[in-house]
Amino acid sequence: MTSTNTEVGHEAGAKAPFPPFQTETFASQLLWLALTFGLFYYLMSKIALPRIASILEVRSDRIAQDLDEANRLKDESDAAMAAYEQELAEAKSRAHNIAQEARDKAKTELDGTRASVETDLANKIAEAETRIGAIKTKAMLEVDGIAEDTVSSIVGELFGGKVTKAEIAKAVSGVKG
Amino acid sequence: MANDPIHQFNISKLLQLDVGGYDISFTNSSLFMVATVGVSAAFLIMTTSGRGLIPTRLQSISEMLYEFVAGLLRDSAGSEGMKFFPFVFSLFTFILVANLFGMFPYFFTVTSHIIVTAALAFSVIGLVVIYGFYKNGLGFLKLFVPSGVPGVLVPVVVLIEVISFLSRPISLSVRLFANVLAGHITLKVFAGFVVSLSSLGLGGIIGAALPLAFAVALTGLEFLVAFLQAYVFAILTCMYINDAIHPSH
Repeated sequence: MTSTNTEVGHEAGAKAPFPPFQTETFASQLLWLALTFGLFYYLMSKIALPRIASILEVRSDRIAQDLDEANRLKDESDAAMAAYEQELAEAKSRAHNIAQEARDKAKTELDGTRASVETDLANKIAEAETRIGAIKTKAMLEVDGIAEDTVSSIVGELFGGKVTKAEIAKAVSGVKG
Repeated sequence: MANDPIHQFNISKLLQLDVGGYDISFTNSSLFMVATVGVSAAFLIMTTSGRGLIPTRLQSISEMLYEFVAGLLRDSAGSEGMKFFPFVFSLFTFILVANLFGMFPYFFTVTSHIIVTAALAFSVIGLVVIYGFYKNGLGFLKLFVPSGVPGVLVPVVVLIEVISFLSRPISLSVRLFANVLAGHITLKVFAGFVVSLSSLGLGGIIGAALPLAFAVALTGLEFLVAFLQAYVFAILTCMYINDAIHPSH
């Protein structure tokens, strides 16, 4: 296996040295390796690798740019959101104020109306009461007269005699008392 | 001959060439070197020609290969090591594709010859030594004197470090060579068992199932080895380059 003799004749079969140690093939292998690997290195370093590097760079630039753009848009939308929320809060407080004012105004108006209506009613009640009082007194006074008339006519029918007005009034007020 | 596990490593001349007493014939090995380089370069160049912002499937394979090797080198040797990126990339791709080509039946495996792996390993070590002295001057020799070693131990440690440094190209080349060689021989031996057993009649055919299963399993293992050895070669190269850039470890 480790024989390194330079005997040519690997076609001869079992007698040939182990192929990787056939030194007569070394020159050819080294030369062709140098040529092919050198060419490969040249193609890689001059064409393939710079090209792939530029592709990757363009892509990462593009991604970074897109991310920046996305961040910018996000900031914008955040700002818009904040402005919207602030406006909403303002509008809410304004609406609250307006509602409060309307409520206050309605309340004062209602109170005023109610007060005037109440005084009105009180006046009317008082008026009605005085009128009722007057009517009552008047009626009471008239009751005396009616009673005297009735008594005098009843007495006249019953006894046929004349009774003086003064006597009847005296009798009526005696009954009343 | 068909069952000889060594036969697959024979080098046969396809075109006889002699220059100045040297036999530089175009052989089956040369053919597969050309094929390896041709296929890899064509793939990498053609798949990236579209320069797509959104890569096609094939373009993303090239990009993955690029980013894989770039990550390897950057992790080991830092951004300073990236000047050797084309070299490491070429090494990794060349070894990987050569190994994978070797997995095809009847194909020659370029990396199964020690002279090829040794040439690659010595080019790595040569690069490390030359760049190490070019960049650090004699400071490169600090590589052999780890900091924080007590004075008495320095000669011993330096001796060990020198030996370990000298054995690097050998271990680098033999590791790749031996793995590929042993894998191919084992595969061939098991496949040979299948053939010889099946010729023994029915019992032999049944008995051949076991080596056949082994051959199938080994094929999978060899694909792993093909990748792994290219990876190991590349990562060791990255670490040696790191030594050249930062010798005082």
